[in-house]
Amino acid sequence: MSGPVMDPRLAPPFPKAALPILQNTQLRKNVAHATDVIQTKRNRLVAEKTDWQELRTSAAAIRAHVLANLATYLDEFEKKCTAAGGVVHWARDAAEARQIIIAILQEEQATEVIKIKTMTSAEIQLNPALEAAGIIAIETDLAELILQLGQDEPSHIVVPALHVNRQQVREIFARRMGLPQLPDDPEALTAAARTYLRKKFLSVPTAISGANFLIAENGSVAIVESEGNGRMCLTLPRTLITLAGIEKVLPRFSDLEVLLQVLARSATGERLNPYNSLWSGVVPGDGPQRFHVVLLDNGRSEILGRKVERQTLQCIRCAACLNTCPVYRQTGGHAYGSPYAGPIGAILTPQLEHMRHGQSLPYASSLCAACYEVCPVKINIPEVLIDLRAKVVDQEREEVKRWTDPMYMGMKAANLVFASESRFRLAQWFGRLGLRLFTDKDGWIRKLPSLGARWTLSRDLPAMPDQTFRNWWAEREGRGGKEAR
Amino acid sequence: MRASLFITCYNDTLFPQTGRAVVRLLERLGVSIDFLPAQTCCGQMHANTGFRGEAFSQAKRFVQLYRDTECVVIPSSSCVAMIRDQYPGLFEELGNDDLRKQFAALLPRVFELSEFLTDKLGVEDVGAYFPHRVAYHASCHGLRGLHIGERPFRLLSKVRELKLTPIANLDRCCGFGGTFSVKNAEVSTAMLDAKLTDLLATDAEYCTALDNSCLMHVGGALHRRNLKMRPIHFAEILASTEGVYL
Repeated sequence: MSGPVMDPRLAPPFPKAALPILQNTQLRKNVAHATDVIQTKRNRLVAEKTDWQELRTSAAAIRAHVLANLATYLDEFEKKCTAAGGVVHWARDAAEARQIIIAILQEEQATEVIKIKTMTSAEIQLNPALEAAGIIAIETDLAELILQLGQDEPSHIVVPALHVNRQQVREIFARRMGLPQLPDDPEALTAAARTYLRKKFLSVPTAISGANFLIAENGSVAIVESEGNGRMCLTLPRTLITLAGIEKVLPRFSDLEVLLQVLARSATGERLNPYNSLWSGVVPGDGPQRFHVVLLDNGRSEILGRKVERQTLQCIRCAACLNTCPVYRQTGGHAYGSPYAGPIGAILTPQLEHMRHGQSLPYASSLCAACYEVCPVKINIPEVLIDLRAKVVDQEREEVKRWTDPMYMGMKAANLVFASESRFRLAQWFGRLGLRLFTDKDGWIRKLPSLGARWTLSRDLPAMPDQTFRNWWAEREGRGGKEAR
Repeated sequence: MRASLFITCYNDTLFPQTGRAVVRLLERLGVSIDFLPAQTCCGQMHANTGFRGEAFSQAKRFVQLYRDTECVVIPSSSCVAMIRDQYPGLFEELGNDDLRKQFAALLPRVFELSEFLTDKLGVEDVGAYFPHRVAYHASCHGLRGLHIGERPFRLLSKVRELKLTPIANLDRCCGFGGTFSVKNAEVSTAMLDAKLTDLLATDAEYCTALDNSCLMHVGGALHRRNLKMRPIHFAEILASTEGVYL
């Protein structure tokens, strides 16, 4: 099976990418089931927090404060991390980050590297670059391992293999680990993964991680996880490379008090994540003796400069917005053509691509605002979606093909119509006349041309009534305001 | 009390019976209704599709038209949400001080229908009679945009002979989303399928909502599948009495 296209520069537009997924009943069942399970847990644990709204407000305030003072906190992090024995690298874009990481690994003469789940490494397309440099990346997160062995791609920020069920996992493990008799119960599957990974943990001396948070005041890095694979990658190897977006910084250690609470409850429906790892630089004789942090910009400072969109960077990658999103629930993550799926992906991806790719993503939402309601750092995703749509339309305004785009021309025409009462009346009159051509004898429209066909794909439309409200009102006024009945 | 009815462009054109119901209902409650014929559209469709400048021109038209009215009643929660949530940003970016001031003075006088009834008139029993099983669909803009809360339920609970049948996943979108239903027609349809499953499980005769847009979406699919459940705007239920009901 060849994996879905997860590079926003190559992926088809969202509506097209969604089509094969909508036909995949098994995948949609898996996604609906998994998101239901996580959401139920999340809702229960949020409900037990009587101060949940205050926690959200604090978390949002901390993140907004960081973004307003990002340069200061990044400088502080670099100083403190360096003083603790870490080496800090700055990467302007994905290519630079890949170069830095590969150069470090080559210096280490690494042929293999173990990885903790990091969406940022997927953002910079790290694994294919490592492969091209002759370095084998081994994903150690259970879900990432399933995807790697199944040659599949992540469909969720927190639980990347949520679209795969355990019978499918069994099939992948049996085939790729050479275990034809493997049963499909969870214990047997995790035991197989453990045996497979344990050898790697004990033998591979280099590791790559992402970061949940960088702490400015002491140069620490924080990672939360559920399986303990992260703890192994962070402690056993000789050399550790951490890749983190520049927005991941927090001012103080004590800010974790707020953020770890909202993150665990929002992401996995737990009071606290099972493993919370925090480390500062290098400690002689204990843990990795060489530690590198690669701070990645890749479009982030551009986002930082925009008034409405800046809040995108408040995200702590909990994926609560994915689990609650009625669009994501139908399509899963692959339709978004990016490691960042769901509502947050719909606003983050096109911005990371400087609005040159992924322009269909801001439209992959019904603007129902369920995402905003659950966001633990209060990102007003619908507001950002609408702002990005305006940017996409501003691009369309410059394109020659707009003249033949029915949506664009329809919007321009409607604007002219809405600017005048008489034009509006005229449009209603012509509209009724036009729709009559498509109205069946029983007063219903079942098939429309052009854009209308997208509506009648699954929905009938009642014929336009003979009398508009305004005409009824005018007639009634003519009778001295009396009801006609 | 005088109230100016902003009927909205699509109700005017496609659902005039909803407007007639609002007039009947409010006049029954002693409100005198104005209708300014120069009204057209609030600009929501343009704003939500990314046509910001166009949306601004419609938003400006709305404020200029209604700035001197006592209050404005709108039988569509998404249009009210447009005015409350998006006008401030549009005027901040594209408007001038005069417009911003006029808007700030007007905004507290703009009401969605159920808000107008419960908050402005202070009524819950509007004297309605509707002897049917009804499922209430919570439109997203009413639920999360206006935080409409229990208002519609309080009003429906006082309608004589009406039996409210609760719907599962009340807070989930029906998949309309304006131009989303056309731009992403297949995904929108999948969302609609999920909503229909929940709706049909209620065994209601009618599906009601504060917005005819959701109802046009749900109702279009109900009709396509020859199902008996019918969409009906909230105002039409509240306007119904023993003598006259739909």
